[in-house]
Amino acid sequence: MTGDEPLLHAQDLVRRYTMRRGMFGKPVEVRAVDGVSLTLRRGQTLGLVGESGCGKSTTGRMVLGLEVPDAGGVAFANERMPLPGTPEWRRLRARMTMVYQDPLGALDRRLDIGTQVAEPLEIHGIGTRADRPGRVEALLRGVGLRPDHARSFPHELSGGQRQRAVLARALATAPDLLVCDEPISALDVSIQAQVMNLLSEVQARTGVAMLFISHDLRAVRQMSHRVAVMYLGRVVEEGEPDDVLHAPAHPYSQALVSAIPHPGRRGGRIVLKGDPPNPAARPAGCAFHPRCAVAAAVCAREVPALKRRPSDGRLVACHVAQGDAAAGAGLPQIAMEAA
Amino acid sequence: MLRFLGLRLARALLTMVLVVTFAFIVLRLSGDPALLIMSADAPPEAIAAFRQAWGLNDPIWEQYLRYFAAIFRGDLGQSMRDGRPAIELVAERIPATLALTLPALAIKLGLGIPAGIYAALHRNSFADRAVMLLAVAGFTVPSFVLGLVLVLVFAVQLGWLPSGGQESWRHGVLPVLTLGIGGAAVLARFTRSAMLEVLGQPYMRTALAKGVPWARAVRRHALPNAAIPTVTIVGFMVGSLLAGAVVVESVFSWPGVGRLLVVAVANRDLAVVQCILLLVAATMVSANLVVDLLYGVLDPRLRSAPREATA
Amino acid sequence: MSDIPLSAMPAPAVWAPPARRRARVPVLVVLAVLWLVLMLVVAFAADLLSPFPYTALDLRNRLSPPVGMGGVWLHALGTDELGRDVLSRLITSIRMSLLIAFGATVISAVLGVTLGFLAAHFRGLVEQAVLALVDFQASMPFLILALAVLAFFGNALPLFICLLGLNGWERYARIARGLAVSAGSQGYAAAVTGLGASPWRVYGRHVLPNIASTLIVSMTLAFPEIILLESGLSFLGLGVQPPMTSLGNMVGYGREYLTRAPWILLAPSSVIVLTTLSVSLLGDWLRDRLDPTLR
Repeated sequence: MTGDEPLLHAQDLVRRYTMRRGMFGKPVEVRAVDGVSLTLRRGQTLGLVGESGCGKSTTGRMVLGLEVPDAGGVAFANERMPLPGTPEWRRLRARMTMVYQDPLGALDRRLDIGTQVAEPLEIHGIGTRADRPGRVEALLRGVGLRPDHARSFPHELSGGQRQRAVLARALATAPDLLVCDEPISALDVSIQAQVMNLLSEVQARTGVAMLFISHDLRAVRQMSHRVAVMYLGRVVEEGEPDDVLHAPAHPYSQALVSAIPHPGRRGGRIVLKGDPPNPAARPAGCAFHPRCAVAAAVCAREVPALKRRPSDGRLVACHVAQGDAAAGAGLPQIAMEAA
Repeated sequence: MLRFLGLRLARALLTMVLVVTFAFIVLRLSGDPALLIMSADAPPEAIAAFRQAWGLNDPIWEQYLRYFAAIFRGDLGQSMRDGRPAIELVAERIPATLALTLPALAIKLGLGIPAGIYAALHRNSFADRAVMLLAVAGFTVPSFVLGLVLVLVFAVQLGWLPSGGQESWRHGVLPVLTLGIGGAAVLARFTRSAMLEVLGQPYMRTALAKGVPWARAVRRHALPNAAIPTVTIVGFMVGSLLAGAVVVESVFSWPGVGRLLVVAVANRDLAVVQCILLLVAATMVSANLVVDLLYGVLDPRLRSAPREATA
Repeated sequence: MSDIPLSAMPAPAVWAPPARRRARVPVLVVLAVLWLVLMLVVAFAADLLSPFPYTALDLRNRLSPPVGMGGVWLHALGTDELGRDVLSRLITSIRMSLLIAFGATVISAVLGVTLGFLAAHFRGLVEQAVLALVDFQASMPFLILALAVLAFFGNALPLFICLLGLNGWERYARIARGLAVSAGSQGYAAAVTGLGASPWRVYGRHVLPNIASTLIVSMTLAFPEIILLESGLSFLGLGVQPPMTSLGNMVGYGREYLTRAPWILLAPSSVIVLTTLSVSLLGDWLRDRLDPTLR
């Protein structure tokens, strides 16, 4: 197989939930994910960034096939994603695994690390019983743990070590795809860099493709070959990490980028005003328009499509950035803060 | 609140339907009613006629619906022993049972709840340990043992009180005590743990920290909150007023519903058993409904949100 | 028991298995365990220990009082009015009552955990059905249901054990469902499912061992209830049927001789009370040690 072929392709994923507010409330349909398309190549990392509640975790779960999209579909290695619980689906688990935000919750506190790292091998019948200890040892070494950590229990390890153990378990079946859902946000800042370096190193060594989900734009930039910015269930901008970070095209990306503390930076920090996004009350038109500094009249009416910008080919979903509308003054206020 | 009430009402009805279904299934599984009621050596023609008369040849769901309809009309069948309507037999026993269980309930509430609150407020004191030990003992001594020991002491040895029968109020003393003491122990244990849980809550600490006097904090914050779980178990006790005395009535030969039930079971008098079963279910379900309403009064949160456990 | 704080301590955010330190075990709990060990030994070695067959008549020694009340050592706990040795009958009864209580407790736990897991796994309609059954069971006094079934079906020992096994399953179902749902929504169970584990493996290898301590505590707390239920029904003459005998049977039979031979009744009564008391004390202590979240 060539490296050019997409490993994973998700097309127009939609996931709705119905929820009820209070006892008399009418059921409200919430679109957690509203038409997201993603493509991931072998050995590459796609970063998915956005505020909490923007649907990035739900997207990750649909990409893995843990959740079934209400519309759209996922193709993995050119095959349609089977339904959860079916034997094909279960077999596919060996090829796509996940790293979680809370490693302690993801580990069984009654089993030692070695047993848990060996579990995917048992489930998928990889290797013989006799060579499992050796494999476990190699996996632990591969994530920077000592072989004697195999006999430790989750609560005896530090947060970073637990995340390494979860990673070792996820890598046991030599998967093609690893979905990392906020893998570092529960860790100490000092540990975060170590885990990110480890992930890059693992990718260089094994060629695993990653979907890296985070609210931390800097972490995403360091990890990713491509970045997709999500806002209220939609991808608003996608591109090379350097482009998105240095010259964000979408006003929301601009706000995210400006929020990164930057020593010595001159100029303003864009502080988003207005209500934080609520998926149950999605604004008409561009979902971002009530908080947007440059929103024009059309932004409140028409949903902008994610398409290539004529000027430089960047993928962005914004009437203004596309040049279809002149920058307005923004519907609500925006504050510029002197640095 | 309306939605909440509606849900509870639906659930109560569902429970009743389940009980009736349970009775129907068990009745049908227990054997051929024709053979049960007619003797086994009855002539086959008689059995066939019986089947025809009672609709036993009809499809099972038709029998099921007819069974429901009969129960709605209050037709619960005749006792096989003396041919009187089962519902009459049961109804005339109800006052005797209430004469035992109502005073016993008063003892349970009057003894159990204060003891539990006291023990919780004086945690780890001598009184607390004594109450808890008594409560565990009261919970582990079966009512028939307690009753017989009381008879042994007060009737046989001391001769103060009669050992059985229902001639005067003195006959009721021992059974009421037997029922009341055991229930009070259960209630004390429960109240104590409900109280302790509330006393450990942050809002109690907050109230005390901001200078609310201890007694006032207990009255205003702890008691109302501890009442919520306690109401559940009291509701269960009220709901089982009719059923709670099965063993004790037998020990003291008290002619109540419980005694009737035991005799009916021993004789396999199915109509009477079924009638008592439905009666008990109905009381239980009504008591639970009242408890749910009380919840609404005691816990304002429930007026606007459904309970998680039942949602 | 008083040495252990009874408060329901908040569950620690970080779960750790109980530390293997030697805490001082309260005297009452030690006594309770000793008594239970004695009961188990009696139950297992009933044939070796009983001085007479439990149905053997000794017509020369009828209503003989126990030692200490003027009796003879031949019948240490006295005899009943047919001259049957009370000690021998007691030993056989202990075996019978414990057998029934163990059987019923296990049945109830297996049934409850299975239904709880089914509810947690399938959600939707299955869950609603299980919850409706749980509500039904919890809102009916079990004694009445049991009596109704006995009236309809008559009595046989295996049926009787199964019937008692229906008591209290709803508590296990609630616990199992609640814990399985929380493990499945984002915890280790979801992680293992994501690795491709079959439901058997998820529930058998991961969820069950994780909730085992909670279940064992609940079983200990439910055990006395079953003993009381069995002895109550047997006392009423609706449980274990002669010639078999159980503790409740003996009390029911001894009641006829309450005035003339109270020992017939007192011996099994004491055993019932001491056993249920011991299991309760042990259960309370275990709960405080192993699972403070349970009440």
